[in-house]
Amino acid sequence: MSVLVYVEQVDGKFKKSVFEAVSYAKAIADKTGTSLSAIAIGNVADSELQELGKYGAAKVLNVATAELKNFVNQAYAAVIAEAAQKESADIIVLSNSFSGKGLAPRVAVKLKAGLVDGAVELPQLDGGKFLVKKGAFSGKAFAVTELTSAKKVIALNPNAFGVKESPVTAVIEPFSPAVQSTDLAAIVKDIVRATDKVSLPDAELVVSAGRGLKGPENWGMIEELANLLGAATACSKPVSDADWRPHSEHVGQTGIAISPNLYIAIGISGAIQHLAGVSSSKVIVVINKDPEAPFFKVADYGIVGDAFEVVPKLIEALKAHQA
Amino acid sequence: MKILVCISNVPDTTTKITFTNDNTQFNTAGVQFIVNPYDEIALSRAIELCEGGKGTVTAINVGESATEPTIRKALAIGADDAVRIDAFPRDAYFTAFQIAEYAKSGDFDMILTGRESIDYNGAQVAAMVGEFLNIPSVSIIKKLDYDGTTATLEREIEGGKEVVSVTGKFVASCAEGVAEPKIPTMRGIMSARSKPLTVVTAQPIEEVIKIVQFETPPARGAVKLIPADEAANLINLLHTEAKVI
Repeated sequence: MSVLVYVEQVDGKFKKSVFEAVSYAKAIADKTGTSLSAIAIGNVADSELQELGKYGAAKVLNVATAELKNFVNQAYAAVIAEAAQKESADIIVLSNSFSGKGLAPRVAVKLKAGLVDGAVELPQLDGGKFLVKKGAFSGKAFAVTELTSAKKVIALNPNAFGVKESPVTAVIEPFSPAVQSTDLAAIVKDIVRATDKVSLPDAELVVSAGRGLKGPENWGMIEELANLLGAATACSKPVSDADWRPHSEHVGQTGIAISPNLYIAIGISGAIQHLAGVSSSKVIVVINKDPEAPFFKVADYGIVGDAFEVVPKLIEALKAHQA
Repeated sequence: MKILVCISNVPDTTTKITFTNDNTQFNTAGVQFIVNPYDEIALSRAIELCEGGKGTVTAINVGESATEPTIRKALAIGADDAVRIDAFPRDAYFTAFQIAEYAKSGDFDMILTGRESIDYNGAQVAAMVGEFLNIPSVSIIKKLDYDGTTATLEREIEGGKEVVSVTGKFVASCAEGVAEPKIPTMRGIMSARSKPLTVVTAQPIEEVIKIVQFETPPARGAVKLIPADEAANLINLLHTEAKVI
């Protein structure tokens, strides 16, 4: 019995969400009185793998097989399932990232395991039951889910558990499982990634704007505020529907759900569908000229005022604060 | 070309979510059910790909008879026929297994789903169907082109996109960008009544997961309003009080 955490790499590096997954897996290993191993796929340098020890991964399986350089969920799932077998792991943890969402279900089927996607808390072990809480109804509720299978897969939401240090020395072990060519039928042709922007699902701070901005030409001040904060930019559905901003920025029930530490909503009234995607943000700031905007009911801080007057003031204050 | 599109029956996006039976069941009283919005995107793209007699679209739903109005909606949007696997869709593992079992009999070139259902938000079914059938799956795509043998898909990744090519059968889960959701025409609504809807018995599969309780999010405290002319003070409060910047 042990816990296995899959550590997703991007260009050979680990992001904060990976350290969160390792911290979370370590806490489960401690709670169940077992050990933690990690598995990395895609040729990560030893120095980067050593970082995982800081969060409690005593052993790291390093898969450097050339065909597995790019993420192909079918092949990666087979490798993770084989590693789980090798490590006698009955709990598999990964990040609920875009790639994780394509990977975790395949791992679960391979292991005949129940899967909790988007876990928000540590499992509770209650009278032999293994219970994990996750978001449901697009942020309008939580579901406490019991994993009844022998093997269990948990995909942890970014920014839900935090990073917790528990230093050990990570022993790196090469692992070279056989790869079936049929598992590599999907071929990655191109990867386009904006490196100068904070990615929205991982972001700790988010500045979001809606129709109150009147047009795409007015997003300059939103981007300036976001840049100063080191925040990602987001938008409401009408804004992405009108092509003022890309769909990838749309947060809400039919967009993406986020739970940053700070969500600043500017010129967004707060329809129930929008609130669903952002209500688990830790602190919500609402700036809207309509004092009756429903968003104020779920906000921690509010400013009733015109975005075109308020936002420049915030930018000025932030520059002064940072100076 | 044959395309199978998975349709989930979900509460309307404006629904206020409440629970019954000691918070163990979703309260369906007075709730309007709809085709999952992401599934509508998948369905719309499937219809586009099959336009001009290039193929047929089958909509599949795992659900009890109460879901039939939602399936008829999918037929009204433009699916050629529909299948209902007669069972309560108790979880993604169960649902994906049923869809995969049905797909084995149908020789479908592709199976499309929405990126996730807006009720349980699992985003699991597509990749599980792929694994049950041992074929590729691509989750959360923003674009899907198909030349009759090879599909080119753009999948969302943090801060960008990845272009993936698949030759042969595959499963994909569709997000915004794949297609504009089609709205049923009057002719579509009329013809939906007479399109074939086959009911299929579910296959047994072991239980791996169950929901034991629902919770509603804790209420937030009252909003602290800052006068607009003191907007700068917000930065101080976020720094010293909320401690988020």
